[in-house]
Amino acid sequence: MRFSGFNLFAQALQDHKGWPEQWPDKAPKAEYDAIIVGAGGHGLGAAYYLASKYGIRNVAVIEKGWLGGGNTGRNTTIIRSNYLYDESAHLYDHAVKLWDGLSQELNYNVMYSKRGVLMLAHNVHDVQSAKRHIHANRLNGVDNEWLSAEECQAYCPPLDISPTARHPVLGGALQRRGGTARHDSVAWGYARGAAALGVDIIQNCAVTGIRRGPDGAVQGVETERGFIASKKIGVSAAGSTSVVMQMAGLDFPLESYPLQALVSEPVKPIFPCVVMSNSVHAYISQSDKGELVIGAGTDQYVSYSQRGAFHIIEHTLAAICEIFPIFSRMRMLRTWGGIVDVTPDRSPILGKTPVPGLYVNCGWGTGGFKATPGAGDLLAHTIAHDAPHKINAPFNLDRFRTGRFIDEAAAAAVAH
Amino acid sequence: MLLIHCPYCEEDRPEVEFVNGGQAHIARPADPSSESDADWEKYLYIRRNPRGRHHERWRHIHGCGRFFNAVRDTVSDRFETTYKAGEPAK
Repeated sequence: MRFSGFNLFAQALQDHKGWPEQWPDKAPKAEYDAIIVGAGGHGLGAAYYLASKYGIRNVAVIEKGWLGGGNTGRNTTIIRSNYLYDESAHLYDHAVKLWDGLSQELNYNVMYSKRGVLMLAHNVHDVQSAKRHIHANRLNGVDNEWLSAEECQAYCPPLDISPTARHPVLGGALQRRGGTARHDSVAWGYARGAAALGVDIIQNCAVTGIRRGPDGAVQGVETERGFIASKKIGVSAAGSTSVVMQMAGLDFPLESYPLQALVSEPVKPIFPCVVMSNSVHAYISQSDKGELVIGAGTDQYVSYSQRGAFHIIEHTLAAICEIFPIFSRMRMLRTWGGIVDVTPDRSPILGKTPVPGLYVNCGWGTGGFKATPGAGDLLAHTIAHDAPHKINAPFNLDRFRTGRFIDEAAAAAVAH
Repeated sequence: MLLIHCPYCEEDRPEVEFVNGGQAHIARPADPSSESDADWEKYLYIRRNPRGRHHERWRHIHGCGRFFNAVRDTVSDRFETTYKAGEPAK
């Protein structure tokens, strides 16, 4: 049943008891044309696009926990595409273009709000770097513009631009198409859309092995609920990718780190955009519910614990309070951690693997949410054609052997 | 915050005194120029990234300044042991 004003009215007349289940809980079939491992936004997006765009409907999404319970539900929901290198700009802007119109396509409100992402410059190096990014972005057709300190404050009134500030603001780079979306809605919308097209979503079912034939090609996955056959397997398991890939005998250039975020108590609208600061490592926005949503940095050690250290939070809040003194007496409600898979060049790996029939979407590090629709679409394209799209072709696994990195680590517009 | 036992100082100290040095016991190839690209990639970039028992290096940068190795469970973050650099993997 579509979500519409008419159906809302019709259901209201019967106490909203007639709404159907949005995605049925399915038992696995014996065989699928394609299996996606991991029911986060990226994996569900891949299943949705396989069914809607690439004509493969006999698809299962297998998830160890619950749908959208990993990094999809743990991020700070920021969307932007102001990356320096051509390959990255094309990759992330592909996603931003898909964010536009996603609510209409899915008939599900993902609450994409183009409230603008403002990246602050605090010193001469920041200014030069920001302007370099602006020029590179504009050459790639990605909007980005320079604001003076006064213009930054006009765009974001809580900002302290006084010259005596601990981190003086010299200006900022603004991507107006950037913004936020409701993270859970993205997973739910894709799940509902995929299920309506015949995709089976199987939760609470960990993959325990990947079976390969004598020719090396994949034959299916061993799970807690038995063997499920498929000649095509797409792995979109974020922090657990190394573990899943080792089931197929592959060691990956990945390390998994805890990344934390936190929200404050809800307050009235005060913060109209997203502000990020590279130099002091802070990013902040306000959710529609009124909470300030704040992102912290990663911990320094490999971990799967889904929690991080308190001194990381303290460091981030110190920076937030320096830039926005108005928030110094806000109380924080919750902190949490997710496990992010980081590659040596801080760019994702999205494409084929040395194992025939095994595809991977991983390595998004601390910045995967913004890419959700794009990553889903490109993984689906790669699975359907057994070849990458030209946008994700540079993000192959071979680059760590050939040396053709997309090295956003030092040059990125942000803290990842 | 982790409490880490430095095997040189023989003290439990807070994590902020240390920096993590990544996976331990990776031997640099004796003759890098004779390595194949695949082996060089393996040395530089391929990591075990285990879920469970993990050998890693730490440096007591705000203490004795020395590198040492540790075994830590990456699910519970609990240290099993720490030992001096040069000792065999535990």
